[in-house]
Amino acid sequence: MTLILKNVTLNVGVNTHIYPSDLELRDTGFNILLGTTLAGKTTLMQIMAGLIKPTTGEIWFGGRNVTGTSVQKRNVSMVHQQFINYPNMNVFENIASPLRVIGMSKAEVTRQVESIAEILKMTPMLGRKPAELSGGQQQRTALARALVKRADLVLLDEPLANLDFKLREELREELPKMFENRGCCVVYATTEPMEALLLGGHTACLNEGRITQFGRTGKIYREPENLKTAQVFSDPPINTAPVTKQDNRIILNDKVNWILDKDLHKMADGPYILGIRPHHILPFETDGKSAQIDGKILVTELSGSESTIHFNMDGLSWVSQASGIHAFDRETINSFYIQTDKCLYFDNNEQLVRA
Amino acid sequence: MAAKIKNQKAWFFVMPVVLLVAFNAVIPLMTVVNYSVQETFGNNLFFWQGIGWFEQVLNSERFQSSLGRQIVFTSIILAIEIPLGIAIALAMPRKGVGVSVCLVLMALPLLIPWNVVGSMWNIFALPEIGLLGKALNSLGFDYNFTRQPLSAWFTVILMDVWHWTSLVVLLAYAGLCSIPDAYYQAARIDGASRWAIFRFIQLPKMKRVLTIAVLLRFMDSFMIYTEPFVLTGGGPGNTTTFLSIDLVKTALGQFDLGPAAAMSLIYFLIVLLVSWVFYTLMMKDEVE
Repeated sequence: MTLILKNVTLNVGVNTHIYPSDLELRDTGFNILLGTTLAGKTTLMQIMAGLIKPTTGEIWFGGRNVTGTSVQKRNVSMVHQQFINYPNMNVFENIASPLRVIGMSKAEVTRQVESIAEILKMTPMLGRKPAELSGGQQQRTALARALVKRADLVLLDEPLANLDFKLREELREELPKMFENRGCCVVYATTEPMEALLLGGHTACLNEGRITQFGRTGKIYREPENLKTAQVFSDPPINTAPVTKQDNRIILNDKVNWILDKDLHKMADGPYILGIRPHHILPFETDGKSAQIDGKILVTELSGSESTIHFNMDGLSWVSQASGIHAFDRETINSFYIQTDKCLYFDNNEQLVRA
Repeated sequence: MAAKIKNQKAWFFVMPVVLLVAFNAVIPLMTVVNYSVQETFGNNLFFWQGIGWFEQVLNSERFQSSLGRQIVFTSIILAIEIPLGIAIALAMPRKGVGVSVCLVLMALPLLIPWNVVGSMWNIFALPEIGLLGKALNSLGFDYNFTRQPLSAWFTVILMDVWHWTSLVVLLAYAGLCSIPDAYYQAARIDGASRWAIFRFIQLPKMKRVLTIAVLLRFMDSFMIYTEPFVLTGGGPGNTTTFLSIDLVKTALGQFDLGPAAAMSLIYFLIVLLVSWVFYTLMMKDEVE
C-alpha cells in the first residue's frame, strides 16, 4: 500500500516542527528518511503512524484518508532507537503481545511466534526476560514484534543506532530480506548517509523540518537538487567554496581556475557555490581533468584502507578522502587535485545548476 | 621486586568509621542486650536472668495485644497508602506548571514535624470545636476520639494517610517519570488498553521505587510513636497503644529496664525479619 503525505505541517506553539511536506512512499523497497539529529525524522514518523496529528495537511494510506484515524485502527508497527519491550514478559510473550490484542487462537499465536523467532534467530531466547538479553537480542525482539503483526506500515526509527558496529552490519544486511515480499510500506530513519546508500530504495532528505529532496537513493546521491541535500547526504561533509563563472572558466581564486564542461557553458556569468565530495579531491594526480590546489594539513585520519585528510584551503576547512595510506605531517603544505568533471555548482538560491 | 612495607597504617584510616559504627550502633545495641538478660535494682547491682525476660514478654497478654494492634494498624496503612499513592501519582500532570504546584502540595505534609501533626489533628478532630469533629457530629455520626476506640482508630489512620501518602506519591511519580515516551507510543501502536499499559509497563517499571515505598512505609508505620501519642496518648483505654508507646511506658513509666530491653530486641528482630521478607518477595524475579 502506498502512503501519501499531502502538504503536511506541524506547529507546536509558535514553533514550526515540520514545514509543508509532500511525500509518496511505496511498498517496494525501503523508504529512507535521512537527516541529522533534530531534522524532524522521528516527528515525521509519528505523524505517519498517527501518534501525532498534523496541524494541516492530509495523510492517505492505501487510497484512504487516514488523517483523523487513531493509531490503534491503522495497523502500524514501529521499532524505536531505544530497545522497547515489555519488561516483565519473556521474549515469547513480548512477540505474541500484538497477536493477543487482535484475539488470535493460542495454537496460531505459538506457530507465528515460533516462525518469526526462527527467522530472527531468537528461538533459544524465547523463555528469557528482556533484561537478560544483549542489546542486539533486545532489538531483535522488538523487530520480531513489528514483523509478527503483519502491519501495513512499518516504521523503523534508527533501529540500529544503539547497537555496536558488528551487530549493526549484520542486522542491516538482514533487514531488507525480512521485509521482502511482505507487501508492507517500510520507512527507515537514519542519520548515516552510508546506511541509506546500502539499504537502497528511495530516500527523503530532511533538514530542519523540511524535505529537501525525495527520489531514488542512488539518484539523489549523485544529483542532489540543492546544496542542503548534498550536505545532508554526504559523509564526510561535502566541501563547498564560493566561485565565479567567467566566460568558459570557473575561478576559485587568483591562482586556480578551470574550464567548465561543455554542457555547462550556458551558465550565466557570476557567483556560484562549488560543491565537491571528499572522494573527488585526491592528494595525488590522476588521469582525468583536474585542478591543482594547495592546502595546509590539519589532521590525517587513517583507517585500514582509506585516508581522510582534513586541510585548510584559503581559510575554508576541506576534506579529502582517498583509498590507500597517505600520511602527511600537520601544518605542511600539500597539493590536492580537484576532479573538475565531478564538481557540482549551486546558484544563489542553493539550487543545482543543470546542463 | 620491592620489599613489602609492613605497618599498621590501615587501621588508622578505617578508625573513624569503626568509631562511628561502634558508638552509633554496636554499643547501644549491646547495652540493650546487656539489660535484657539481667535484673537490676539500681546502685549498679545486676543479677543474671538468662532468657527469663524474653519468656515473660512473649507470654504477656499486654505485649501480644499491642503487637496485634500494631500488625492490624500497619496492614491497614499499607493497604490504603500504597494504592492511593500510585493512583495520585498516575493522576498527576507530567508537564506544565501543574507539576510544580502538585509537587509542592504533595511535599507539604512531609515537612511538618511529627508532634505538630499530632497537635494539629488533635485540635482538628475535637468533637466540640474541631472542624472535623464538629462536622462529623453535625452530620449525625457519634464521633469522639477520646472516648470511642473506633473514632480513635479512624482519626489515627486518617492522620497517617494524610501525613505519609505523599511519600508514596513522590516515589511512584519519580518512577513514572523515568519511563521513556517510546514505551507509551509502542503500547498505543500495539493497541494496548489503559489497564494493560499500567499492568505491563508502568507497574513493572515502578517496581523498584515501590519496593522502597513499601519498605519505608512498613518500617515507619510499624514504629509509629509521636503522632498517636500526641493525639490519643494510647487511649481510650489501651486501644491505640502501639508497640512503641507500650515500650516507652514499660521502660520510662514503670522503669522495668529488663523487660523493656527484651521487648526492644524482639521489636527490632520483627522489623528486620519482615523487611527482609518484603524485600526478598518483591525482588524475586529481578535480574541484574
